[in-house]
Amino acid sequence: MTSNTEPQATGYAVAGRPVRQRSKLSRFIRSHALQIGVLGVAVFVWVLFYIGSPQTFSRFPIYQAFMSTTPFFAIMALPLTMVIIAKEIDLSFPSIMSFGMLVFTAVLTATRNVALAFVALLVAGLLAGYINGLLVVRVGIPALVATIGTSFFWRGVVLVSTGGNGSSLVPVRDTFLGPLLVGRLFGKIPMQFIWTLLIAFAVWLFLNRTRQGAHVYLVGDNEDSARLMGVNVRRTKTLVFSIMGLAAAFAGLVVSMEVLYYWPTLGEGYLLSTLSSVFLGGTSVFGGTGTIFGTLVAAFIIGAINAGIVAAGMAGFWTQLIYGLIIVGSVSMQVILRKRLS
Amino acid sequence: MGENLLDMHNVSKSFGDVAAVHGINFRVGRNEIVGLLGDNGAGKSTLIKLITGYHQPDSGEIIFDDQSIGGFTVARARDLGIETVYQERALAEQQPLWRNIFMGRELANRAGLMDVKKMKHETDRLMLESMGFTSTAVTADSVVKTFSGGEKQGVAITRALYFHAELIILDEPTMGLSLSETRKLMDFVGDIKRQGKSCIFIDHNIFHVYSVADRVVVLDRGTTAGEFLTKDITLDQLMEKMYRVAETGSLD
Repeated sequence: MTSNTEPQATGYAVAGRPVRQRSKLSRFIRSHALQIGVLGVAVFVWVLFYIGSPQTFSRFPIYQAFMSTTPFFAIMALPLTMVIIAKEIDLSFPSIMSFGMLVFTAVLTATRNVALAFVALLVAGLLAGYINGLLVVRVGIPALVATIGTSFFWRGVVLVSTGGNGSSLVPVRDTFLGPLLVGRLFGKIPMQFIWTLLIAFAVWLFLNRTRQGAHVYLVGDNEDSARLMGVNVRRTKTLVFSIMGLAAAFAGLVVSMEVLYYWPTLGEGYLLSTLSSVFLGGTSVFGGTGTIFGTLVAAFIIGAINAGIVAAGMAGFWTQLIYGLIIVGSVSMQVILRKRLS
Repeated sequence: MGENLLDMHNVSKSFGDVAAVHGINFRVGRNEIVGLLGDNGAGKSTLIKLITGYHQPDSGEIIFDDQSIGGFTVARARDLGIETVYQERALAEQQPLWRNIFMGRELANRAGLMDVKKMKHETDRLMLESMGFTSTAVTADSVVKTFSGGEKQGVAITRALYFHAELIILDEPTMGLSLSETRKLMDFVGDIKRQGKSCIFIDHNIFHVYSVADRVVVLDRGTTAGEFLTKDITLDQLMEKMYRVAETGSLD
C-alpha cells in the first residue's frame, strides 16, 4: 500500500469556517450520543424494575435468567446489525435456525458423530446465508423479498423432512457440546452469555478493525461512492449475509441445547425481538450507521423486559405493550437526536 | 518507457442498444494536462469510467504506463496510479472524514487489522497541509455531511493526491464551487503539472479548460471529433469550433 506521506500542498484551502472550540469530553458525548442514550434507557428500565420488585432484582437468579435467555436472539442481533448497516435486511434467520438443526440432527443420526454434526450445522447456516447474498447481489432481488422467500423455503424444507416431528437432544447433553454451549461457568454464569460476549467482540473487531468491515459502513452509506472508490460491493454484501446465516444456525443449536429438544418450529418468535434489538441499539434503518455496543445493550433491555414485568408482579400480558412503548419511544428519540446533531 | 502515459485504441462501450463510446482513440502524454470537452451525452463520463476500471470496454485496448489494462477493476486502476475526483465526489457522507480519505484503500497492518490511529493521524495532517482546514471544529472524526460543497471537493481532491497518482482525472470539478474555490482549484491543476504528473480535466466551462490544458480533446456522439494544442489555437477559435460541432457534428 502506498502511504508515502510527503506534504503535497494543493493550495486548496477552504477558509471562513467558524472556529468553535470544543472540549474532548463534549466531542466524545456528541459522537457517542446514541450509545450513551441506549445505556441510559437500560439503566432507566433497571431502576424501574428494581423499585417495582427490590427483593427480586437485588438477587442473582434474575440476572442468571437474563444471561440464559437473552443470548438466544442477541447472538443473531449482533451480525444482523452488520446486515442493516449495509442497508440490507434479513427476515429468514428464524427459518435458518431450524434448517441448521435439521442438518445437525440428520448428520448426527447418520454418523453418530457430534463434532461432524456441529460442523455440518455451521456449514448449512453459512450456505443458507450465502444463498440470500446471491439472490440479493447477483439476481438483484430486494433483500426484503428475497429473504421472505428463503424464509418460507427453509421452513418448508424442515417441515417436509421432519413431517413436523421434533427430536430429543438428550443424548447430546453429555457430549462436549452441552457444557460448551449451555453449561454454567463456575456453576453460575450460563455459557451462552459468554458466547454472546465473544461473538460481540468478534463482530466488533471485524466491523471496526478490518478493511472488509469498513466496507460494510461504506456500502450502506453510499453504494455508488463505494463502488467508484474500488470497494467490492457484491462481496461485502454476500459476506454479511453469510455471517448472518452462520450465526442463525449457531443460535438455533444454542436454543435447542438449552431445552434439549429440537422443535421444527424452532425460531418462530425470535424475528421481532432480534430486529428490535438492532433498531433499539441505534442502528439506522437507512444504513451506514450503527454500533455493536448499542445492539448488545439493547438486546439485554429487550430480554429484561419480559422477565422484569413478571417479576414486578404485573401480568405477562403487559409485555408487548411495554416493548412497543420502549421501542417507539427510544427510536423517536434517536431520530430527533440525529437531526439535532447534523 | 512509452511516449504516452495512457493510450486507448479503438475502444467501444455500449449499454444495451446505446453506443456510449465507439471506436474511440484517446491518449494522455506524460506530464500533460488534457482538457476534455463535449456536450451532455458526448461520452465523457463513460470514457473516464473506462479509464478508471468502473466499466469494462466491449472492444479495443487500453494501455497505461506500457501495460495493457483491458478488463481491470477500480481497485487495480488505483493501484496503478489512476485517481479520480468524480463529479458526484464519491463520498460517504455519514462517515467521518478519515474513513472517506481512506475509502477503499484502508491502511492495514500485517495481521490484516486496520491501523485506525495512523489513518486518523494522516487525516489530521492532510487537513492542515492540503485541505487547509484550520478550524478546530473539524477533526478526522468529523462527519462529512456537515461540510460545505467546497470542503467536500477538497476532501475528494486530497484523497486523490494522498496515494501519489500518476494520472489524476477531474470530472466537472468546478461544479457548485464559489469563485474563490474555483480559483484555488485552477491553481491546484497547475500544481499537478509542476509535480510532473498528468491530468484529464473535464469541465463544461470552456474558459476553465482552455486556461489549464495543454491539449483539448473534443468528444461528440461517442467519439473524438478533434483535438488541438491550446498554444496553437485562440480561445475564440476554440469556441467557434465548439459551436460548429454542436450544430453539424464536424469541427470544420
